[in-house]
Amino acid sequence: MSKPSVMTKLSNETLGWGEAPVLQGVTLDVKIGERIALLGRSGTGKSTLLGALRERIETTAHRAALVPQDLGLVPQLSVFHNVYMGRLDDYGTLRNLGTLIYPRASDRAEIGAILASVGLNDMQRKSAETLSGGQRQRVAIARALYRGGEIVFADEPVSAVDVTQGHRLIEHLHQSFSTSIMALHNVDLARVHATRAIGLRGGKIAFDLAAADLADEQVQELYA
Amino acid sequence: MTAASARKYGLWGFTGLSLIALGFSDLSSNRPDPWNTLVALGHGLITPDFTTDGLLLGAALTVAFALVGVLFAAIVGLVLAPFYANSAIRGLCIAVRSIHELFWALLLMQVTGLSPLTGLLAIGIPYSGIFARVFSDLLSETSQNAASALPSATQPTSLILYAKLPLAWDQIKGYTLYRIECGLRSSAVLGFIGLPTLGYLLETFFRQAHYSQAAAVLYIFFALILPVRLWMRWSLAPLYLIGAVWLLAVQKFPPIGDGALIRFLTQDIVPAPLRNGGEMLPWLAKILSTQALPGTVTTVILAQVALALAAVMAVIGFPYLVPRVAGNIGSRLAHGVFVVLRSIPDYMLAFVFLQILGPSLLPAILALGLHNGAIIAHLLGQQSRALPLRPDAPRGLSLWGYELLPRQSGRIWALCLYRWEIIIRDSAIMGLLGLGTLGFFIEKNVQELRLDRVVVLLLVSALLTLLVDYISTKLRSSMRLRLGPQTETD
Repeated sequence: MSKPSVMTKLSNETLGWGEAPVLQGVTLDVKIGERIALLGRSGTGKSTLLGALRERIETTAHRAALVPQDLGLVPQLSVFHNVYMGRLDDYGTLRNLGTLIYPRASDRAEIGAILASVGLNDMQRKSAETLSGGQRQRVAIARALYRGGEIVFADEPVSAVDVTQGHRLIEHLHQSFSTSIMALHNVDLARVHATRAIGLRGGKIAFDLAAADLADEQVQELYA
Repeated sequence: MTAASARKYGLWGFTGLSLIALGFSDLSSNRPDPWNTLVALGHGLITPDFTTDGLLLGAALTVAFALVGVLFAAIVGLVLAPFYANSAIRGLCIAVRSIHELFWALLLMQVTGLSPLTGLLAIGIPYSGIFARVFSDLLSETSQNAASALPSATQPTSLILYAKLPLAWDQIKGYTLYRIECGLRSSAVLGFIGLPTLGYLLETFFRQAHYSQAAAVLYIFFALILPVRLWMRWSLAPLYLIGAVWLLAVQKFPPIGDGALIRFLTQDIVPAPLRNGGEMLPWLAKILSTQALPGTVTTVILAQVALALAAVMAVIGFPYLVPRVAGNIGSRLAHGVFVVLRSIPDYMLAFVFLQILGPSLLPAILALGLHNGAIIAHLLGQQSRALPLRPDAPRGLSLWGYELLPRQSGRIWALCLYRWEIIIRDSAIMGLLGLGTLGFFIEKNVQELRLDRVVVLLLVSALLTLLVDYISTKLRSSMRLRLGPQTETD
């Protein structure tokens, strides 16, 4: 069997917003087929690392989808349009403008099916601002599913839904994307769904190992 | 210099300049007996006569010009807004909005005559420049979250349509509504130079001393503008727009000669020395020294005194809009007075005062000061009512002196400096009433068909507005004055 190919890599890089570095000496590579979980307390740079990797991947030919922590929904638009926005770059401006005014039946059907698969049946005509926190999170996941691609970047994608549903949604994302990088608030989710766990602490990578090898002491130290 | 000392010097400088300007102002009342006119006008106000022909049409045309002009400008502004960072687009927008609607109308009339197009463009052109700037601000102030969640290859137009426009849409509608209110004022005032709106009727009735009919025109204007937020429903906008376009399209107007635009561009506005031979420099020097200079001096003097009056009126007046100062009934009464003063266009107010007091700077000072003072006071009152006060805060004028005035002092400065640019623009047009500001010389040249001179004077007027805007911005930044997202100041 051939070695899994590398999608992108970082070598000894300093990452951060503007002047202030958040992470230093970051070295890692992302291979096709990996399910990477980013762990660590809030503010340790999970989102920064996720953003940097997304920027790298988008310069390559790999298609990426995104579930950001702030979700990036447009509250005034309908659920349908928020999901449709996942493919704005695939279509010309005229088609996008037309869809804003009168969506095609085929798009309605496709997006309706995706919404149903995340438990949002018959919601596509509601405006996003009328939804609950958990429903909004599922709209953002539906947008990533509609976009599709080889890799999904997700920042705390199931923080606002219950545990059972969280497992189901991550499973759903993993069925649609061969590769994933997710910042997760819940270590159990990482143990169940990830193949690789990266822990961040004190502006550095604390560990980077197979999720199966993740020891309880390492987790306790990470969140201590 | 610290912000505090900048404000202190600013206050002394402002007071000093205002007193100097006051010294140069002609404040005489030349009317033989203003009291007679006032009594006749008062009698007219209590016996309004709505039976004259043409009132309804005048009212409908006032609304039609405002709606078509403002909505046209809003669409142009929306299209230009994403490109506002481009310096050519920005320069064009600044240039068109630095010239007052009435001046645009005077100029356009040479090409499009008294046709509805003149009114539409006179409102539409300067408002487009304003809309472009405000919409560009609104779009750039929206949250970045949605835009950064989009695929990075998304085209800019799709990005704006999906991730920017919906976020700013409510504010865009709100600002457009506010502009429709301004458009009604502009539209009414266009009547004073001959378009068939309410201003035309008001001027005609006043000149014939038919005060009951004139009062009816004023009441109709208020009946349109005061409840504008009630009748201007967005769901009805298409209906209104179709009606307005139809009404404007069926109007009869004196025919425009063939080739008016070509003649205007290739002959009328070409400087006389280039057309007829002669020296360019003496021609320009003559216009600048005998018309632009005295016009500018009078404009600046008028604006300074009017701004001082507006500031005094705002400072004294705004507490009466706060129930904790004036009581519930008192604040409602004050609200009523201020609404009337800020709803009536300053040009119309100046015209009425002029009929009572006779020609001097006094009517224009009063009109500009009262109108702009009422606007500043309204904004301050709104803000003051929302101020979080401790439960045992004083009431009455003690509250004004100890809480409201000190807390609002920065905003008062900022609002006055914002208004300064508008007052200078409006001072220039007061000349159309016969006062010696730039508008006086512009109209004189229009009547003599010296459009080349008109263009020079319009450029001077635009430069003056830009200069004031520049100084105002500098002063605001040295005094650390920021209003934040505040769109109803201009």
